[in-house]
Amino acid sequence: MSQRSRRRRYTSHLMSFLCVLAVLVSLVPLGFILFFVISQGISSLSWDFFTQLPKPVGELGGGMSNAIAGTLIVCGLGGLLAIPTGMLAGIYVAQYAGSHKANTVRFGADVLNGIPSIVVGVFVYAIAVSPFKQFTAIAGGIALGVMMIPLIARTTEEMVLLVPGSLLEGSLALGATRAYAMVTVVLPSAMPGIITGIVLALARIAGETAPLLFTAFNNRFWSTSLVQPISTLTVQIYNYAGAPYDDWHRQAWAGALVLITMVLVCSILARFATRRLERMQTGQ
Amino acid sequence: MSRRRISVGDFLFKMGTSTFALILVLLVVSIGVVLIYQSMPTIREFGFNFWSTQTWDPVSGNFGALPFIWGTLYSSFIAILIAAPISIGVAVFISELCPDQLKQPLVFLTELLATVPSIVYGLWGIFVLVPAVRAVQMWFPDWLRAVPLFSGPRNGLSMLSAALILTIMVIPFTSSVAREVLKAVPLAQRETAYALGATRWEVTKVALHYARVGIIGAIMLGLGRAFGETMAVTMVIGNTPKMSLSLFAPQYTMAAVIANEFTEAANDLHISALIEIGLVLFIVTFVINAGSRLLIWGMTHQTKPTVTVPVRTMEPTV
Amino acid sequence: MRIKNKKMRWLQIALALSLASVLVAVALAKVSINGGGATFPYPIYSKWFSEYNKLHPDVEINYQPQGSGFGIQQIQKQTVFFGATDGPMTPDQLLGAAGKVLHFPTVLGADVPVYNIPGVTAALKFTGPVLANIFLGKTTKWNDPEIVKVNPGVTLPNMDITVAHRSDGSGTTYIWVDYLAKVSPEWKTKVGVATAVNWPVGLGGKGNDGVTSLVKQTPGAIGYVELIYALQNKISYGSVQNMSGEFVTASVDTVTAAAAEASAKMPADFRVSITNAPGKGVYPISSFTWILLYENPKDKAMAKTFVEFMNWMLVDGQKFASGLGYAPLPSQVVTMEKEALKKIKL
Repeated sequence: MSQRSRRRRYTSHLMSFLCVLAVLVSLVPLGFILFFVISQGISSLSWDFFTQLPKPVGELGGGMSNAIAGTLIVCGLGGLLAIPTGMLAGIYVAQYAGSHKANTVRFGADVLNGIPSIVVGVFVYAIAVSPFKQFTAIAGGIALGVMMIPLIARTTEEMVLLVPGSLLEGSLALGATRAYAMVTVVLPSAMPGIITGIVLALARIAGETAPLLFTAFNNRFWSTSLVQPISTLTVQIYNYAGAPYDDWHRQAWAGALVLITMVLVCSILARFATRRLERMQTGQ
Repeated sequence: MSRRRISVGDFLFKMGTSTFALILVLLVVSIGVVLIYQSMPTIREFGFNFWSTQTWDPVSGNFGALPFIWGTLYSSFIAILIAAPISIGVAVFISELCPDQLKQPLVFLTELLATVPSIVYGLWGIFVLVPAVRAVQMWFPDWLRAVPLFSGPRNGLSMLSAALILTIMVIPFTSSVAREVLKAVPLAQRETAYALGATRWEVTKVALHYARVGIIGAIMLGLGRAFGETMAVTMVIGNTPKMSLSLFAPQYTMAAVIANEFTEAANDLHISALIEIGLVLFIVTFVINAGSRLLIWGMTHQTKPTVTVPVRTMEPTV
Repeated sequence: MRIKNKKMRWLQIALALSLASVLVAVALAKVSINGGGATFPYPIYSKWFSEYNKLHPDVEINYQPQGSGFGIQQIQKQTVFFGATDGPMTPDQLLGAAGKVLHFPTVLGADVPVYNIPGVTAALKFTGPVLANIFLGKTTKWNDPEIVKVNPGVTLPNMDITVAHRSDGSGTTYIWVDYLAKVSPEWKTKVGVATAVNWPVGLGGKGNDGVTSLVKQTPGAIGYVELIYALQNKISYGSVQNMSGEFVTASVDTVTAAAAEASAKMPADFRVSITNAPGKGVYPISSFTWILLYENPKDKAMAKTFVEFMNWMLVDGQKFASGLGYAPLPSQVVTMEKEALKKIKL
């Protein structure tokens, strides 16, 4: 009997070890990637990088100022589309949770979230670029917005559902209409979590490339016009990565560093905010 | 009060939320509709032959999507083959074996991996992974290269590089979902097993068995992500529309060909062929997503509390 | 509700400011012209647009090098104001455009065979048939007797040849396969001539950049790129045998020689191929590259600005050509083109 129990314990230890191995294996690429991005990117990061425009082919130097601005603009446009749509849809699902309609909307959000970003790019090209015969920042914004909607809808739904029912019922008992109670009591309570979710969604979307390839396209010059093509960090990195010039490779790494820093900083801030929130709400 | 007043505020609120909820659903439907409409020329021209022809020849107007389907399936399946056990291992570790202090940081780290943009993976892929794979290919002894799996050129840009990078990208997501699924296993299951004298691993087996449907759902979701991945794959796979069993041969995926050829398709038939590929991607990911959500939902609704796939793990496919 | 005067006043100020800024913005309006296409001339185009922007800061010509296929497709769809291609539009493609599209040559360039063979620094010699067989996949090793025969004195290793070609629709490809079809009947029937072909073998790279990168990073690779890409990236490139039997290396002079015969007999629409041109000192894989413009463009302001640019390009712009490895346009072509530019309806 003890032979068998020894074997069982041995298997258990082996399996635990394998699981630890799995964790290490999954974290090693992260370390690897971050190491490369930081080591390669830092050497090319300079004041020029943030303030200068790209130089013509073959000339050294220049920067990605227009790309950084472009990413901010296109993400902003996406947010403009996605925040109201996502929030209101999320509130709807939370309100009527369990009903067929709400389940359909939830399902729709899941499907939308799973659509490959290149397909979203094709769709937005068909409706926003082709008919107007123009690559625009707006088209890029729409593409990013479409991808953000399910993320924001889900966060909103979750956060609203987390608000204790007693708050809503209390205000209803005091004579408020449903809408009034929602807007003045439930939403403010859920808002910090929703904002965290929005920031996370923006951070994610800032790293997208495929949907921008044939919507916002690219621009060599400084452009803040919404109806012209616009440069973005991700597309610029992609272009530079495929080029043979070492100087452009260095700039691509620098761009990657800037991008990953933006994304990580937002994600980390958002996580800390969530944790503080949870502590505040549970009164720890 | 015998008459029920519906306040203006309530009405507007109801209208507002339901309108945007409707917009969301309509958005999904319209994507499908637009894709179908724009693929009509190719559908009319080739019908089902589109999916069984190997030639992709813009010059002669012969479009067959088989090489891309092959590339997508091959790369994604290898990726999930490697990623699934690792993801389950990570999920098991975090939910069952992990000391409490380590839990939060670990969860944080795995989700950090999920936030790395695809283009950064691609950049790392071109400059670090591909040369490494090339070195491995160069080293490969000739007698082993007789095996079709390892035949092919030795330049790093290959199915192997694509599969590896997909593996890395899929792990954080799959392990997150698997972890949430494991969380939904009722404590009672585990406690009973312990009470009967089971070892750590045996208890885990019980939990895994209970959650098996959800775990399959998690793996399917990971597969769906791998199917749609564009940027990182196109930068390392070699972009050659030829089917090959070899891991070392350059190949092509559906998402990659759309990204590369879309803006310069030679004629309307070419564009519509690319859009039809996009349509297939849409349908396939739709089916996978729907199926896996149903599985996960089904499994987690046998227990309380309900598991929702957390928003933090819903990163976009790129 | 009484209108509060203070609020009203602030609102008025805000409205006035925004109106003023809009007017100022309109007054300072830059002319932003979008174009895209060939990567073949990208180095000199980017130089031109940058220099022209220095001379005329209000004119921003945004050129996206995405391949000739892109240039042709987008000019057909009018999502760009001008396209650029090194493979002239086919009659079908011209029909597919929204109006009449005119071709305007800008410079002359050359496709060179670039290669990366560890240990071989010499400039290899290639004949047309040899290149065709490599790209057909029939010749697979660097020490194949065919290659050795033309390169006596060079020790070629027993290494696999990895062919690198374009994955996107490319005029550079057009020039290359146009030449191959002229020197290899098998290529002509099996593969054909277009901006994107069904390559028998090889890896695909996006743009001239992509092919250059591929060759640079892959030992044993051979590819075809525009001369300047080989020069700027210091990759070895070979000489090619021309119709007179000489092995000629691409340069400003040998490319100019290739255009000599064609310039004398230039057709009115400027669509001409100069690959495998007869004559001495001629580099056989040379070509014009064109900018595509509508005869009757919709945006007249853009058209006027761009025609001014084109006229600058034909005179001052040409001075930058040889510095970047391109051959300037022959004078007869310049004269013809200045006349042709007047056809654009402003």
